[in-house]
Amino acid sequence: MSLLIAGGVVVDPAQGLEEPRDLLLEHGRVAALEPPGVIPREGRRVIDATGLFVCPGLIDMHVHLREPGEEYKETIASGTLAAARGGFTGVACMPNTRPVNDQATVTRFILEQAAKSGRARVYPVGAITLGSKGEALCEYGELKAAGCVALSDDGRPVMNSLVMRRALEYARTFDLPVISHAEDLELRADGVMHEGEVAHRLGLKGIPAAAEEVMVYRDIRLARLAGARLHLAHLSTAGSAAIVREAKMAGLAVTCETAPHYFTLTDEAVAGQGPEALVRPVFDTHAKVNPPLRSRFDREAILAGLADGTIDVIASDHAPHSVLEKDVEFNAAAFGLIGLETSLGLSLRLVHEGVISLSRLVALMSTNPARILGLPGGTLAVGAPGDVTIIDLYRPWTVDVNLFASKSRNCPFHGWLLKGKAVTTILGGEVVWQEE
Amino acid sequence: MRLKRKDLVGLADLAPEEITLILDTAASLKEISARPIKKVPTLRGKTVVTLFYEPSTRTRMSFEIAAKRLSADTVNLTVAASSAVKGETLADTAANLEAMAPDLLIIRHQASGAPHFLARRLACGVINAGDGTHEHPTQALLDMLTVREAKGTLSGLKVAIVGDILHSRVARSNVHGFLKMGSEVWLAGPATMLPAGLAALGARLTTSMREALSGADVVMMLRLQLERMGQHFFSTLREYSRTYGLNPETLAWAKEDAIVMHPGPLNRGVEIDPAVADGPRAVILEQVANGVAVRMAVLLLLSGGE
Repeated sequence: MSLLIAGGVVVDPAQGLEEPRDLLLEHGRVAALEPPGVIPREGRRVIDATGLFVCPGLIDMHVHLREPGEEYKETIASGTLAAARGGFTGVACMPNTRPVNDQATVTRFILEQAAKSGRARVYPVGAITLGSKGEALCEYGELKAAGCVALSDDGRPVMNSLVMRRALEYARTFDLPVISHAEDLELRADGVMHEGEVAHRLGLKGIPAAAEEVMVYRDIRLARLAGARLHLAHLSTAGSAAIVREAKMAGLAVTCETAPHYFTLTDEAVAGQGPEALVRPVFDTHAKVNPPLRSRFDREAILAGLADGTIDVIASDHAPHSVLEKDVEFNAAAFGLIGLETSLGLSLRLVHEGVISLSRLVALMSTNPARILGLPGGTLAVGAPGDVTIIDLYRPWTVDVNLFASKSRNCPFHGWLLKGKAVTTILGGEVVWQEE
Repeated sequence: MRLKRKDLVGLADLAPEEITLILDTAASLKEISARPIKKVPTLRGKTVVTLFYEPSTRTRMSFEIAAKRLSADTVNLTVAASSAVKGETLADTAANLEAMAPDLLIIRHQASGAPHFLARRLACGVINAGDGTHEHPTQALLDMLTVREAKGTLSGLKVAIVGDILHSRVARSNVHGFLKMGSEVWLAGPATMLPAGLAALGARLTTSMREALSGADVVMMLRLQLERMGQHFFSTLREYSRTYGLNPETLAWAKEDAIVMHPGPLNRGVEIDPAVADGPRAVILEQVANGVAVRMAVLLLLSGGE
């Protein structure tokens, strides 16, 4: 079966392409990419992409699928359907499941579930240390052989600097990137939101920006020492962006990501949205996330980092939690919010506001994640996987958590009006999601 | 006369006129506590529930006495552990309480925002009796009543609040209250306990107790929570006491007629010297007495009584 996507503008930063092209998918792969009208339509299923943008399938390199262990929050089936609805054809899932993905049997289980029910390609991330306890290294060779594409103790940092050094060195042995959750737990203490004016006003314990920045700095230094590939997860502060910028200028193999909530919201979202929030705060647990939503100053710096190339990737850090973890007092609530179904819409705001180009956005959400994790895809070059996201840049829609495919509803953007979304998601040449 | 609101969760969202209404009502209710039979039938048939997740003696008793003097039926629920530890969520607790149809719920909770959480879910009025390190509105109202009695006004005063500002819900509520009523508020303490963010509310911040106290009309000392020893907020009690303790020498920095306040309980010899605590300028026991009057006023005004 061959599928022709005709009439759209193909945006593929890997080929430096942003112009009208017809795209032919055959046998699950890109078979041809030609100027409009060159590829015959006869005998082919045709998707009319007139007025739409055709991009390599988006890849979210930082999600939590909660299976095994917390299937009441999300399953691989529900999480990958949410991914497809959000325009993602690939997701890298973090290892903080129960049990932790610290051995090949867990990795294999994840991939088997994905093969059975996945609507997107699932790329497991293995743990850096056993149980993500920060003590003993996992069998990286085994993990890689089973299908892991990177290593991370996400959710927790490796606090012991010697262990982190060894992990970076040992990962180099198997050419696996190490994804750092940069957070100094001592400095974070029992903070629950960004340390700043809003926290002091609300009487909530703060997490200083420095709790992230000191670890960003440490891990970059250790990566240099180890000669390893380091990727910094979910950066949220101006200081982190500055440190990474400096490291890149020094030629270090450091990459980093941020998430849509860090360039969309600030710590004020904890108090709530609207003018009443300052005097009658709602203590919104949907805005409780780690690292926390930061100040306006940090938000501006993250935007600058996205624009100038300091930040390589936009990832959602999709972290589903049920009402059991969220419909409680703020201190008791779990950290995390979901993002697979809002990530593209929120990121497209940056294109509409002129912060970044659409081509840069595709690099941030497809090309770069594929390159960093060494994944197939991330391009529409002939021979590449037939993973395609078709974007309507101007389609208005309202975020409605009740329509989400995710099993969880912990989203602070409910009711937001967004412009632009994925209207068709194609995985291996097959349509897995299409807007009506 | 009544407050046009269901709940009292903080002073941040009270208008100056509402504060004045509560203080005036409290002042008029003080007389009841001076009668031989300290009871009026105003809230007869009303059910007031006190839900305390944190230990408290004086605030709970003060609310209870206030409710009883207005003839309300009171029910006390003292919850030993946090709702999360206990297994029942605060949302479930709210649903259960709602089913019992109380008229007013008074809550103290170790989590900032817990009263707001309940206020959004319950049809009955919710009164914040202290939430985490956020607000303690009735304490600030009784402080303001005490100052107004001593100074005749709340506007144009210099109010110095000294001690562990970071963890003090009393300080936060008083900052909102006194600023709304036209006073100047100075916050003083070691930099570890003096969050810069509070300057945005309009308070003046200093690590110098002398600067805060100079020319002050009101000196409000906060209780140093001794369990914070070992959490790196300060070195030793000795140094804390020497730097931020109120004694006759340091009190001399304030105006001659400055009053001395403390929300209690006192650490005598730590943040306050007995000579000051028991001295003629202390209004600490007046604060306690005014606490009952202010809470009567709040119960009355929120339940729509005359």
